[in-house]
Amino acid sequence: MAKSDAEVKVLGTWASPFVMRVRIALNIKSVAYEFLQERLWEGKSELLLKSNPVHRKVPVLIHGDDTICESLIIVQYIDEVWPSAPILPSDPHERATARFWAAYLDDKWFPSLRAIGMAEGEDSRKAAIGQVEEGLMLLEEAFGKCSQGQAFFGKDQIGYLDITFGCFLGWLRVTEKMSGIKLLNEINTPALLKWANRFCNDAAVKDVMPETEKLSEFAKMLRGRVRATPTS
Amino acid sequence: MAESNVKVLGTWASPFVMRVKIALHLKSVRYEDVEEDLLAPKSELLLKSNPVYKKIPVFFHAHNPICESLIILQYIDEVWTTSASSILPSDPYERSQSRFWAAYVDDKFFPALRRLLIGATEEDKKAALAEVVEGTVVLEGAFGELSKGKAFFGGDNIGFVDIALGSLLGWIEVIGKQCETKLVSEAKTPRLVQWADCFSAHEAVKDVLPDVDKLADFGLKLRAKILKALAPTN
Repeated sequence: MAKSDAEVKVLGTWASPFVMRVRIALNIKSVAYEFLQERLWEGKSELLLKSNPVHRKVPVLIHGDDTICESLIIVQYIDEVWPSAPILPSDPHERATARFWAAYLDDKWFPSLRAIGMAEGEDSRKAAIGQVEEGLMLLEEAFGKCSQGQAFFGKDQIGYLDITFGCFLGWLRVTEKMSGIKLLNEINTPALLKWANRFCNDAAVKDVMPETEKLSEFAKMLRGRVRATPTS
Repeated sequence: MAESNVKVLGTWASPFVMRVKIALHLKSVRYEDVEEDLLAPKSELLLKSNPVYKKIPVFFHAHNPICESLIILQYIDEVWTTSASSILPSDPYERSQSRFWAAYVDDKFFPALRRLLIGATEEDKKAALAEVVEGTVVLEGAFGELSKGKAFFGGDNIGFVDIALGSLLGWIEVIGKQCETKLVSEAKTPRLVQWADCFSAHEAVKDVLPDVDKLADFGLKLRAKILKALAPTN
């Protein structure tokens, strides 16, 4: 049996943007998988602790006897095992650019988005919003360069950077709702605004993108729990 | 092989810059070495070629700048392809393991090491030291898994994880001396101790290893600069 025929399982949660990346990648490759949902309020499962002892986080991809962790590493693994419908560009310079912006999104942009929700005080909130907006302007420019006039960062189909960024759209929309600010807008980010709709409507994305309303409720519940947790 | 338009913007003291140079040596690619002074204001070239992070290394190939050391390494591996000097393994699962551990070095191990260097209080240093030592033990385990009995994480030859971790050895030694502890110790991490010797002696590595005394001296100046920048101003 070829490695690519072995059983595929994804350990994750419906709300996690990182888990969504893996599911979209598998959808693009038309690979069937079993989705094992972690029950967040029951503590981490045996399977999670065993398959990701270092970070103890979702997503985890279980492929036959192998386990792979870290969403972007999993996406690259999927791209390499199932080479049809490529996710990363073929040109090394374009690949480096896609990886650069993906790392930027994870290391800088998403933390600043989360900071809006956690900000205590108007000054902190404004600063966090400023950072996110600045980042979106950079990404708007990057979109222009990467897409070269086509629909996606990956040009005519969704690719690595589309997946990395697109999976944050749910949380971006929740943040817009809770803060009353349109972070993606006609004036500053017209191209990204249109791209966001195209991404969410893509066949590989539609069924795994959570509804903003449901995510919003979940965010409120999370915030309630975090605030209730006593810290010594 | 003389390659035109291959430049590395960096500094002798930076482990991240060292990674890029080791990769180029492995591929026998000649390059122009442009030195950035870390203790002086950032150069025009740096600000222009890495506007997002304003950090070294920046790698130039045919005038295109590429930033972030691990991304540069993968670029180099993809452009100069000779299987003899492959940096990432060819098997997808092994590649994912290499990427995982290199990310661990950058996201968990290095930040703890940095906190140990710039720790302002005894308490900060103690906590950072515990994290660093724990990290070395985890990496000892990873070495066992990845090396499969051979000399390097990459097997017979140095690879992605060797370069990612090995580039930190100079700083590991300097910071260890400062704390009066061997951070990579015989007692807890015997395989890593051996690996460190093999790595440091490798053809592609030995000429870019910084002098430990020079690095220690630089470390003090860098720590002072960082603490000054972090200090509250009236």
